[in-house]
Amino acid sequence: MSTHPILAALRRHKAGVILIALQIALTLAIVCNAIFIIGQRIDRVNRPTGIDEANLFVVSQQWVGTPDGDGPDAVDKIDSLLRADLDTLRRLPGVESVAPVNSMPLNNSSMVNGITLTPDQKDSTLSATMFLGDDHLMSTLGVQLVAGRAFTAGDVIHQAFRNDTLPPSVIVSQATADKLFPNQSAIGKTIYSDSKPTTIIGVVKLLQSSMVESFAKDSDYYTIIEPIRQDGDNSRYVVKTRPGQQAQAMEAARAALFAANPQRVIDAERGIRSFADIRHRAYRADRGMAILMAVVCLIMLCVTAAGIVGLTSFWVGQRHRQIGVRRALGARKIDILHYFQIENLMIAGGGVVVGVVLAVGLNLWLMSQYEMARLPLMYVLIGMVALLALGQAAVFVPARRASRVSPIEATRAA
Amino acid sequence: MFSYYLELALRSLKRSPGLTLLMVLAIGFGVSASMTTYSVFRAVSGDPIPWKSSQLFVPQIDIWGPTSRRADGKPANAALDYTDAVAMMRDHRAKLQSASYRVAPTVQVPGSRQHPISVSGYAVYSEFFPMLDVPFAYGSGWPVDADTNQAAAVVISGKLNQEMFDGQNSVGKTLDIQGKDYQVVGVLGQWDPQPRFYDVFDTGGFDTTSNDVFIPFTRAIAVGMNNAGSTSCNANPAETGFVGLQRSACVWIEYVAELDDAAAVQAYREYLNGYALAQKSAGRFNWAPNNSLLDIPAFLDDQHVVPSDTKVSLMVALGLLIVCLVNTVGLLLAKFLRRSSEIGVRRALGAPQAAIYAQFLTEAGIVGLAGGAVGLVLTGVGVFCVGLVLPTDIAALAHVNFSLLLLTLVIAVVSAVLAGLYPTFRASRVQPAWQLKSN
Repeated sequence: MSTHPILAALRRHKAGVILIALQIALTLAIVCNAIFIIGQRIDRVNRPTGIDEANLFVVSQQWVGTPDGDGPDAVDKIDSLLRADLDTLRRLPGVESVAPVNSMPLNNSSMVNGITLTPDQKDSTLSATMFLGDDHLMSTLGVQLVAGRAFTAGDVIHQAFRNDTLPPSVIVSQATADKLFPNQSAIGKTIYSDSKPTTIIGVVKLLQSSMVESFAKDSDYYTIIEPIRQDGDNSRYVVKTRPGQQAQAMEAARAALFAANPQRVIDAERGIRSFADIRHRAYRADRGMAILMAVVCLIMLCVTAAGIVGLTSFWVGQRHRQIGVRRALGARKIDILHYFQIENLMIAGGGVVVGVVLAVGLNLWLMSQYEMARLPLMYVLIGMVALLALGQAAVFVPARRASRVSPIEATRAA
Repeated sequence: MFSYYLELALRSLKRSPGLTLLMVLAIGFGVSASMTTYSVFRAVSGDPIPWKSSQLFVPQIDIWGPTSRRADGKPANAALDYTDAVAMMRDHRAKLQSASYRVAPTVQVPGSRQHPISVSGYAVYSEFFPMLDVPFAYGSGWPVDADTNQAAAVVISGKLNQEMFDGQNSVGKTLDIQGKDYQVVGVLGQWDPQPRFYDVFDTGGFDTTSNDVFIPFTRAIAVGMNNAGSTSCNANPAETGFVGLQRSACVWIEYVAELDDAAAVQAYREYLNGYALAQKSAGRFNWAPNNSLLDIPAFLDDQHVVPSDTKVSLMVALGLLIVCLVNTVGLLLAKFLRRSSEIGVRRALGAPQAAIYAQFLTEAGIVGLAGGAVGLVLTGVGVFCVGLVLPTDIAALAHVNFSLLLLTLVIAVVSAVLAGLYPTFRASRVQPAWQLKSN
């Protein structure tokens, strides 16, 4: 079919054509970017932490009336309380292993140190999140050692909360090792924090940091494990239970800790938390944003489809007589159907081309204002195809109605 | 005349119920999506202390020097270290001022058999309360000399007062905080400013943690009550422990000063400059003063307190509204031009263009009003759903109120009338002679 008559007809409806095309262009621009945001959020939420999350729970508690100050007596006193708590938790039914820990992946509270390769280096090579725990920490978390050795009881030191002395040995994540020592083994290498040295004795495959920023970054996996029991007036324990026994163990933990030593506070809500809960909270904003974007996209696509149906229906009504004339002159039903389908394809095609420009423009603007990544071409291509398909789907009903116009209409007055 | 147009409009809308419904729904959805996201945006970008925010200032001193500055050259430390905070309190150059840091002590009523509970609060100076217009249900803040005497005084929240003293007037009673006795001097009324402008450093802005205790800063330092907020260091403290933190260049103390007029602000800037120069000549810094003194709105902006998610979703929702309006323009155009012959007759009978404008804009306005009504319901649903999906600290702030509902209606009507302008313009240009002839 020649497109000439279609173009000629469109020229008589400039305003309507421009409005549909504009609507399609705006929809494409916004939906592409919104779906890209959704995709990014889903990717972020699905990132692995590197730990074996099932069957883990975390106890955060605060002692009452522990000795003030940071003298060796106070530290030793707190350390004995801490070791007693570890024992208490270990003896609970269903508990497989327990370790003290300063923070957990995704729980938004972290200790970050600048790491350098020489003692007098000015700018640090990377900022790493430090996880402090004992020789049971790695097995409790279930992180996977890929090189070197794990900590033994002999590696573990204990010190006061605000004592930042580095232990002689640390274990780093693969991402940290690759960043510090690209293309070589990190095992046995010395690194510095605040000009003080420590030696890398092991590398774990993956361990995510505590902070959940709005956008995924490589630095989210720059983590270092230090064999330190930290003795402050707060303590945190990570507990791994046997499958299916987590709920009972969480229930029993509170009672057992209070029975062993009542001079403490365990917050009713936040004191004992499963890791699933920590993960849920960490990504609440991302899920919310993804849902919001999805709802807006859905409404926008529906409105655009409905707009196409409405305007095409109007045109069909307006051209009843002309359609009748064409039918009377021998055009088949399918020709009329195709006419409206091709017309829509041309309008939508124009809209989509403008929409691509708008989509890229909007993305560039978002990149300049917020921490947005570049919109991959794939999203734009899929968006183009989707909107053309939406146009075709929307035009089908009015176009079919047009194809059913009887040739007798040609003889009737408009 | 208006009632006649109203009747015409209703009749016309009834004639094509499908198209009308489509326009009403498009406007309803567009407006409600915008209003729902706007309710969140409004909640997080609001001024927490509007009557005074331009007189409250947050000073920052560049204590880490050129190697640690932000990309824009400002100091990277968004809080103060102990040395400077205490020196600035001692110099006392503002009308009112207070350094503060976050504490999380355990509290219990002395002699009670209940388990102690852990609460969150701040160590502050006496001027904190009058400066921030903190409301009291009972009593007041502590006197200035309590700061110097390191008095064991405490101001508690109404919530803690309810838990500890059954909501009675507890002024004068004793509360055990971290194993030591404190005398209650005041009980707060309802006070939950969001964002927490006096502590963006620890909270990032929004915080659902209740601030239950306020104790004198000097007392908290004297008893070694640890900083429960963030600590940010450019180098590890040379000495360990809380005392080591106080002697270090780590930042962990927030500071607010009240400066009532431009002259006071200028004088305070000069004071900070002089202070930094003195520190330089004392050998503590080896760089030129690089201070910052921002009022609360500017400081909140500087610290990016409004989450970028909120802004992006507001803009996407506004995009939806625009798409809905373009859609409405198209549909109104179709609808109005379908009635060309009717317009022709009216014009031929003497109706001026203005009458055509009035008639069709009335019709657009009615569509807008109906869209607004749908939008009201959907906005209510939207704000409720936002509470289910967004982070609690932000969702808790979004709410429906009269001004939001009014705005929803106004935006719906205004946007529908705007959308009706071009179709009406086209309708008013219909040539009566041509229409009459072609029929």
